[in-house]
Amino acid sequence: MEVSVTVNGADHTADVEPRVLLVDFLRTTLGLTGTHIGCDTSGCGVCTILLDGTPVKSCAMFAVQADGRSLTTVEGLKQNGQLDRMQVAFKEMHGLQCGFCTPAMMLVGKALLERNPAPDEEEIRWELSGNLCRCTGYMNIVKAIRYAATQPEGASA
Amino acid sequence: MTTTTGAPSATTAEIGGIGHSIKRKEDDRFIHGQGRYLDDHVLPGMLHLALLRSPLPHARIVKIDTSEAEALPGVVACVTGEALAAHGLAWMPTLSGDTQAVLATDKVRFQGQEVVGVVAESPYVAWDALELIDVEYDALPTIIDPKAALEDGAALIRDDKEGQTDNSCYQWEAGDKATTDQAFAAADKVVSIDTHYPRSHPAPLETCGCIADLDPVTGQATIYMTSQAPHAIRTLFAMVAGLPEENIRVISPDIGGGFGNKVPIYPGYVVATAASLLIGKPVKWVETRTENLISTGFARDYHMHAELALKNDGQMLGLKVDMVSDNGAFYADAQPSKFKAGLFHVCTGSYNFPAAHVVTKGAYTNKAPGGVAYRCSFRITEAAYLIERLVQNAAYELGIDPAELRTKNFIRPDQFPYHSPTGFVYDSGDYDAALQKALDAIGYAGIAKEKEEARKEGKLVGVGISSFTEAVGAGPSKDYDIAGIKMFDSAELRVHPTGKAILKLGSRHQGQGHETTYAQIVASELGIPAADITVREGDTDNTPYGLGTYGSRSTPTSGAAAAVIARQLREKSRKIAAHLLEASEDDLDWEPGKFVVKGAPDRSVTIQDVALAAYTNYPDGTEPGLEGVHYYDPPNLTYPFGSYAAVIEIDEETGQWKTRRMVAVDDCGVRINPMIVEGQLHGGLAEGFAMSSMQFITFDEDGNCIGSNFTDYLIPTSWETPRFELGETVTPCPHHPIGAKGVGESATVGSPAAWVNAVIDALAPTGVRNIDMPVTPARVWEAMQGAKAG
Repeated sequence: MEVSVTVNGADHTADVEPRVLLVDFLRTTLGLTGTHIGCDTSGCGVCTILLDGTPVKSCAMFAVQADGRSLTTVEGLKQNGQLDRMQVAFKEMHGLQCGFCTPAMMLVGKALLERNPAPDEEEIRWELSGNLCRCTGYMNIVKAIRYAATQPEGASA
Repeated sequence: MTTTTGAPSATTAEIGGIGHSIKRKEDDRFIHGQGRYLDDHVLPGMLHLALLRSPLPHARIVKIDTSEAEALPGVVACVTGEALAAHGLAWMPTLSGDTQAVLATDKVRFQGQEVVGVVAESPYVAWDALELIDVEYDALPTIIDPKAALEDGAALIRDDKEGQTDNSCYQWEAGDKATTDQAFAAADKVVSIDTHYPRSHPAPLETCGCIADLDPVTGQATIYMTSQAPHAIRTLFAMVAGLPEENIRVISPDIGGGFGNKVPIYPGYVVATAASLLIGKPVKWVETRTENLISTGFARDYHMHAELALKNDGQMLGLKVDMVSDNGAFYADAQPSKFKAGLFHVCTGSYNFPAAHVVTKGAYTNKAPGGVAYRCSFRITEAAYLIERLVQNAAYELGIDPAELRTKNFIRPDQFPYHSPTGFVYDSGDYDAALQKALDAIGYAGIAKEKEEARKEGKLVGVGISSFTEAVGAGPSKDYDIAGIKMFDSAELRVHPTGKAILKLGSRHQGQGHETTYAQIVASELGIPAADITVREGDTDNTPYGLGTYGSRSTPTSGAAAAVIARQLREKSRKIAAHLLEASEDDLDWEPGKFVVKGAPDRSVTIQDVALAAYTNYPDGTEPGLEGVHYYDPPNLTYPFGSYAAVIEIDEETGQWKTRRMVAVDDCGVRINPMIVEGQLHGGLAEGFAMSSMQFITFDEDGNCIGSNFTDYLIPTSWETPRFELGETVTPCPHHPIGAKGVGESATVGSPAAWVNAVIDALAPTGVRNIDMPVTPARVWEAMQGAKAG
């Protein structure tokens, strides 16, 4: 089946088997390997991307279901040569260790701040509860998102 | 020994040496999504391997028919145990001296065991083909309980092993029985505990996998693998597969968490390698989460009985431990050869025991093999948990405050080096300082009042302490090995003419921050800014030999090697500096980053000047260059310690409990990068909380694994995970070049007992003394009802 999607602002059209998962389409067909696979049963969230701005688990969707939609992956966070404030915050606050859950965590954080520019810790923890991390105990991920909320949107070194 | 110990020079923020919380160098690629993990690698012509696994835990294989699968378009080959047997590869050695089936030939011994491999052009086709394979099994009796496995007449699981007549996989003891019996004879009181440290799984978010690329023309084997120990894997592959070691290159790329899961060799690695060898194309194998949880690297599963002999005043006289470990169908722990139950015999903990005796028995059962050190140094987690639970129960029985009982029996600072009754030589510590700090932070003096007030709201409050000591950082090589390979580690440092450097090591990080912390060690020793030092690990062609990263051994071994080689290059630099300054070496003072002529502060050369001169203007008779390699064999283990205090509350109506406070005071010696140390502790605490409260793998009586996905195998999310408060004391390791001890595992080792002790403390007035982990609300509820029923 033919599928057309916009990923990080670029249009892509490809012929895919109907059963191909969106995460495999992103990783294998488009070569965007920043979106990871941790469980393929929607339990861990490391495959999270933004679908029209909303976090979804890309292992729980077929690629063809994304037809006509706009997707953001970690590769799309940096804009015009500038890091997203979430990227800066994760490094500054030591919000990552092995880095495997990090792309998903940053995207969830970004989507949250778009809806709620100044979330408190409870709100952040609730928002992140679909995404597992085994390294950080979530402490510095929460801290990073809180820090990002204090930074001007979009602009960073 | 070329090592000299001593405090590192203080460096400026610009140099960013030891003690600076500099931001991590490795983060840049990760925040861009440019980490390169195993599954991100695609090689030209690469094929995909999927494994058919046994649905039964114990059964004879009657027939395997792969004809339909082979006929499926896109399938390249089906590999059976029989086919591997023709090449001598149906069985492989484990890292603890046993054998393990690569693909089953005779029978299957656990649910999820590897039976057939399918190699296909895409993973989807490989998975389709698995459905078309017909395997006929003849079911055999299943043994799930390790104690039942050791009973006379139990069905024999390992009938493949010559001379094996029962399900015992090892018996091992430590300490001295006679003196321990005497100690018990002199006791006023003996307190005992029976508890199970449940089967758990490290479950890093990246599963295990490999890409085997064997070039049929050159014979070169390049194996990309999620391995915490790539050098050891290379050697073992040479031994297992008979490949010439000079032709094997193991590349361990970015690793999405390891926690011990990525130490062993798994059948999938061997099947992929054999398939690539036979087919002549690269073959990728990446396990699914379910495969990860049901077949690779489980941890713990110790059934422990312990007795503590005391005087009425609380003085500890002796410890007896009798433990049965459930090793699954193959003894596939990664333990040093001398120590069958790893370092479990460190179970005398932080206490001055005159006598101890530890008996351990390992059993084969129809469960997945493993026994990996999940975020701990060879079974130390089980040991620390056992003694800390037992000490608290002893306090209740004697009517002594649990903190006071600990203080009374701690090994005192003036007793170090301390020879433990089971054979360890503890290097340093000040246990009471850490405990008092934790008690102060948690407000221990006010807990009684807090309990009383909570009671009015239907909450039962408890406080739990854990004052643990670890033994980490193996070697020394005289005592520690993996499959015969001695446990040392290495660092190669090359300072380039422009004064920038590259450091290559035998360890392999999985998120610990080595690219930053190792650079900081060299920055402190040589004064080259950490920003100018690139750290490389994981490629056996380009790094010196080492045993890898697990057991909190990287800083104690590779980190030490980095410091030593940097010091050696500094000494060489001194000669070159003397030449440049036309001064004698003795007349030069070292300040971080430069040599200065004594009494003439304006006459100096920087390390960068020296580096250039090492290639352009060196004194006659001096070997050119500024490079070197050091292999560091530690003189002893290191002994990090800490005291944790948790306050929890239980809802009387439901048994639900939650953490009010968790204070963790750690002493890991000198902290290289405090920010990274704290991150390690946060992660360890979260995993300790996970094991205490929800995370475990169990089996039904038919041998079905319960916990084969993230719906059944519960990992705490940000919502359940409590907040942590950290504190520190610093007792430098006396034998480590920079005084560091290792920290990656402290919190996983130390924290479970604090949480469980807190729950027990809340229920202690009703006589409850044990709830096995995970302490689920249901188990708490059951204990409360049992206590009511009396």
